[in-house]
Amino acid sequence: MRVPILKQGPFLIASVQSALTDEDLVQLRDDLTQMVGRHHSRGVIIDVTALDVMDSFAARTLRSMAATIKLKGAHSIIVGIQPEVAFAMVQLGLSLTGVSTALDLEDGLNLLSKQMKENQNGG
Amino acid sequence: MAGNGANAPVLSGNEIVIPIKSDVDVVIARQEGRRLASELGFNAGDITLIATAISEVARNIVNYAIRGEIVLGIVEELDKKGISIIAQDNGPGIKDIALAMQDGYSTSKGLGLGLPGSKRIVDEFEIASEIGKGTVVRMKKWKRQNINSRSWV
Repeated sequence: MRVPILKQGPFLIASVQSALTDEDLVQLRDDLTQMVGRHHSRGVIIDVTALDVMDSFAARTLRSMAATIKLKGAHSIIVGIQPEVAFAMVQLGLSLTGVSTALDLEDGLNLLSKQMKENQNGG
Repeated sequence: MAGNGANAPVLSGNEIVIPIKSDVDVVIARQEGRRLASELGFNAGDITLIATAISEVARNIVNYAIRGEIVLGIVEELDKKGISIIAQDNGPGIKDIALAMQDGYSTSKGLGLGLPGSKRIVDEFEIASEIGKGTVVRMKKWKRQNINSRSWV
């Protein structure tokens, strides 16, 4: 199932609605990378609240997605990792090194807005 | 989702057999595992661990062996009850099991955490492989005693 992506101002929000196959995940990565370019997005939020399993393939794909999006000038934040999923990831030895995370969509949007302001003030 | 189509899980005796041919089957296998673990009364944290371990070993089948199967069952020993997960394939086999069990070792596109990671999140883990014949991974996770009803978080 394809993950719907919403454009909200300078940000893109991808809300995972159900379990994702490997192919769905790769599709999401490609869709987001393309949309960041098309809309000149500054930030991307991937909401994984509905994801019941984050295995090594999912973690690797999210990491490479964030790295690719960063090269296109946007910041990615993963939000909504469920407590059980987070625990399983730690047990499995998975980390999302280099990827920002936030508790939920609201915190993620706040974090992106703050980063945008800092970048403007800094530059 | 699960339960439809030609590739639906097959119930044989007390076992659920899920043929693994593609990434879609990986999702079906872990959903079936989640359902069985939930029926057995595992807590939410353990159900997620079981689903994650199934995902890893099922993906190994797709990545290395192309096709195989996941067999889920209920195991009982004395006063404990648990879930049994068997991943078997007729693939090329693993040359060096000790190496494959090391964190970070991968010959494909993975992170190399699939097998060692799965071993960490189950209670019993066995792997047997023969070159040219295939690989069998047997895992068991026991339902935790006394704290069964304790919710997570």
